[in-house]
Amino acid sequence: MSLSIPYEITPRRDTGVNNAKLGIWLFLASEVMLFGGLFASYIFLRIGAEAWPGMPYERASDVLNVPLATLNTIVLIASSVTMVMSWASLKLNDFKKYKLYMGLTILCAFIFLIVKAFEYGDKFAHGYFPETSTFFAIYFTLTGLHALHVTGGIVVNAYFWGPGAKMWTNGNASAKAHFTNRIEVAGLYWHFVDLVWIFLFPTIYLL
Amino acid sequence: MADHAHGSPDPDQVNGESAHDDEAHDDDHAHDDHHHHDPSFLRKYWFSTDHKVIGIQYGITALIFLFFGFCLVMLMRWQLAYPGEPLPLIGWLFSDESMPGGVMLPEFYNQLGAMHGTIMVFMGIVPLAVGAFGNYVVPLQIGAIDMAFPRLNMASYHFFFWGGVIMFLSFFAPAGAAKAGWTSYPPLADIETMGQTIWLIGMLFLIASSLLGAINFITTIIQLRVDGMTFFRMPFFVWAQFITAFLLLLAFPPLQAAGILQLADRLLDTSFFLPSGLVVSGEALDVSGGGSPLLWQHLFWFLAHPEVYVLILPAMGIVAEVIANNTRKPLWGYKLMVYSLIFLGFMSFIVWAHHMFITGMGTAISAFFQVTTMIISIPSVIILSALFISLWGGSIRFTTPMLFALGFLPMFGIGGLTGLPLGLAPTDIPLHDTYYVIGHFHYVVAPGTILAMFAGIYYWYPKITGRTLNDLLGKIHFWGTLIFMNGIFFPMLIQGLAGVSRRLYDGGQIYDFAEPVIHYNEFMSISAWLLAVAQIPFIINFFWSIKKGKKVDKPNHWDATTLEWSAAPTPPVAHGNFEIVPNVYRGPYEYSPPDNGREYIPQDEAPTTETTTESVEADA
Repeated sequence: MSLSIPYEITPRRDTGVNNAKLGIWLFLASEVMLFGGLFASYIFLRIGAEAWPGMPYERASDVLNVPLATLNTIVLIASSVTMVMSWASLKLNDFKKYKLYMGLTILCAFIFLIVKAFEYGDKFAHGYFPETSTFFAIYFTLTGLHALHVTGGIVVNAYFWGPGAKMWTNGNASAKAHFTNRIEVAGLYWHFVDLVWIFLFPTIYLL
Repeated sequence: MADHAHGSPDPDQVNGESAHDDEAHDDDHAHDDHHHHDPSFLRKYWFSTDHKVIGIQYGITALIFLFFGFCLVMLMRWQLAYPGEPLPLIGWLFSDESMPGGVMLPEFYNQLGAMHGTIMVFMGIVPLAVGAFGNYVVPLQIGAIDMAFPRLNMASYHFFFWGGVIMFLSFFAPAGAAKAGWTSYPPLADIETMGQTIWLIGMLFLIASSLLGAINFITTIIQLRVDGMTFFRMPFFVWAQFITAFLLLLAFPPLQAAGILQLADRLLDTSFFLPSGLVVSGEALDVSGGGSPLLWQHLFWFLAHPEVYVLILPAMGIVAEVIANNTRKPLWGYKLMVYSLIFLGFMSFIVWAHHMFITGMGTAISAFFQVTTMIISIPSVIILSALFISLWGGSIRFTTPMLFALGFLPMFGIGGLTGLPLGLAPTDIPLHDTYYVIGHFHYVVAPGTILAMFAGIYYWYPKITGRTLNDLLGKIHFWGTLIFMNGIFFPMLIQGLAGVSRRLYDGGQIYDFAEPVIHYNEFMSISAWLLAVAQIPFIINFFWSIKKGKKVDKPNHWDATTLEWSAAPTPPVAHGNFEIVPNVYRGPYEYSPPDNGREYIPQDEAPTTETTTESVEADA
């Protein structure tokens, strides 16, 4: 007796996407504007700054830990790869592989956050806080907001790794298709979080 | 609710539906539908996922906030008309921190000003124009059974509601609500009392709400148009909501970024917006400095200029619907209007710095923003002209919604034209921060948008309740509103041209140059209070008609062509809208078609080869 909303699983023919995929792309567009606003703020502040990052350092890489950030970059890129693999495993109907790759994705995300926490701790230990200078202010804000996005990704992915996966294990073929779509959508978000870091890393640490 | 109600031959879609029904997943709402036990009151009216209920929730909440925001400014108007005199009758209600002995303190005046702007824009007009009308009408007009993401829709309302509650509660914070204006310019906003922090947190809620709403609207309009509803068969109102949703989606995040930075300034002692060497109350501020107050202004106006169009586009959409319906002829230049709308949407992102001509950003940048500002006036003028031309030769029905729509046209015209001098630096610089600016944008938003909102309420009220609002009360409401709104805002233009600043607690008494125009303050204030009186017929009408209003004699009360009237029952089916989901065969405004003898042809009426003789009502 119930009507349900069309194109929740299968794409609409003339637009070529299903609802969730369009929705996540729109969400990501707004995220681009959010981080775009912050990157623009970075440029604005840096143009107006007398020195960057400020005495006694000449460049950002003197004060920030580039090797750790490089490690984190590799970890995040690896997690993007495993994310795709987890989706592909579902497409190949291999649920065990899905669990493995999704677990690895979540593990990588945790490694990223732990490394980040060490970086932050090191800065605090040296007396560098957001209030120290506009350089540290924008560093902590941008990386902090990114870390918040990573945390959000962990929550979503952990849900799909654990309780959310019931949709696959208990469901019929179309529920499985629906679940696969969900992983694809979660993956799009995760790649975006990865991509933000790819821009963040050179902008803050290297330039 | 018929099971096969989609009437769609698309096999993919049928698969999709059955798939969804088979899932016994975490969707309680589907559960309700399957078993038809009565959902609890909370689930039905508070945690509803039905776009119609959510639209009504938005509408009622927004109307309450509009009234509350109006009350704030009525208090301010007392102080402006009779500076320093105790407020009669209700003065004793206020605490000694705000109005000792009924006399308003400057700090309280500032709170009222900042919160009036915030409430009217973010918690009144936008939720009413987009949240209420958009939610209720858009799915019906495109033949969808609901929004694309019903649970996100619910979340969107709840973010809005709690954002509003947080804003309201900020009045009870130590030292009161935010006092730095609705624009929250730093450095002032950075060093303000706790109310400002609560304002920022409230804004983050409102931004989250509008983000979820915008994603939902765009997805719904792109994905859930019923068979035959091509983009150029969408009613103009849907187009207006579509472009508005893009503005909300893309313009709000930079304000979110700005809000995060200001929160950091306030809570983590950063200096994003605090320049070096800032002195506050004679003491150097203990911060690292190096920030820029201008950064806030850029981020803020990057949102707030598109926001102006968020306020006006849905209003234009409503007026277009009402005018087409009541002139009984197609909109003049529908496609031209749509293209103008799209162009306007794009342009609205590159005009923001015309709010900042006096910041000294240089002539080259000023020139750029003056040019874009002049360009953006063109599509607005096209849309307004098209609406005017649509009246030409129509057999106009002067119904109550039509009166409001007709009132909108010249009022928005005044609002738009008084904006031109503000878009050019040489004329903006002397007018900046005067009452002229207040007069200008209130003409756009109050006699402009709010009249259109009333038009929408009178037009769709019968759809929602199955009963019409009383016509006589409606007409009294219209004339009172129109006259007293002009009584408030026109003198502002005069005062502003005389140079009276918009931020004076005493209305300009201390300045000699304000002397010739200061007597208008009392006139404007009395107009404002009479405007409140003029709303009484509306409030009575609104509640009385729910139960006692005249019942509509047929589902298509206004003889309209669009789907919400022609295809859906009145009121529409809960959870599903249509008894039989329609297909669309024609454009949105086929009124008085030539060579047919019919007065109007609904969008969902299939074309026949022979001349049709069946009555129009049978179709509805």
